Amino acid sequence: MIFDLEKIKGYSVLFIREERIDAHNSNDLKETILHLIEQGESHIIIQLEQVRFIDSSGLGALLSGYKNAAAKSGKLVITNMQRQVLSMFELTRLNRVFEIYVDLTEVFDDET
Amino acid sequence: MCDSIIQVEVIIPTQTKYLDLIGSIGEHIAKKLDEFSGDREALAYHLNLVLTEATVNAIKHANHNNPKDTVKIAIYIQENELNIKVHDHGQGFDLESVPLPDLDHPKEGGMGLFLIRTLMDSVTYTRHGDCNILEIIKYLH
Repeated sequence: MIFDLEKIKGYSVLFIREERIDAHNSNDLKETILHLIEQGESHIIIQLEQVRFIDSSGLGALLSGYKNAAAKSGKLVITNMQRQVLSMFELTRLNRVFEIYVDLTEVFDDET
Repeated sequence: MCDSIIQVEVIIPTQTKYLDLIGSIGEHIAKKLDEFSGDREALAYHLNLVLTEATVNAIKHANHNNPKDTVKIAIYIQENELNIKVHDHGQGFDLESVPLPDLDHPKEGGMGLFLIRTLMDSVTYTRHGDCNILEIIKYLH
């Protein structure tokens, strides 16, 4: 899993630099998020701008991150989803679980 | 042979690094279907997804005692029917006993077959000699 991690306005922002999240790399994503949470990061943004495909294991990895963050009273939100990727969240109704934002600015504006 | 027939067969080792290859074949095929009048971008994504999920399923159920085990994926399109057959050499499982996921209480796993069933028109899993075949049909309108 190729990604960049930046600290922006108190959030750990994980920029996913892959076109696909599938069963080949989703476990890496899950472990990466888990590692962040274990290090004490409680506010995490997953930025999916470059991701054009996600499968059920990718959705599962994000759900795992969401649940782990929530268990530590933190939050994990998602931004910059492409239309077809968002449609997977709608199909599985995970759009009702996650906080989904258009972009990073919208997350930060929501805080104020 | 009739021009409207597309037939693709791919055999891969039971490794997830080939999922990208299989999925992208589905995506390319969707873009070549001249007769299809629906949302082509959505169909491309759905075929990519269904082929990815079905191949993962076959890898998961493969014969892991045999490092040379393979998964065969056959895609066949004739007129308005798209047919995908994914062959594995594992023990098999009972498709009917796979529970529907509880979308109100989502869990990490168990979404793959649900997605295939939701996006396609017919799904069966049957034993044929020494292999199992997951057969998926989508009617193209």
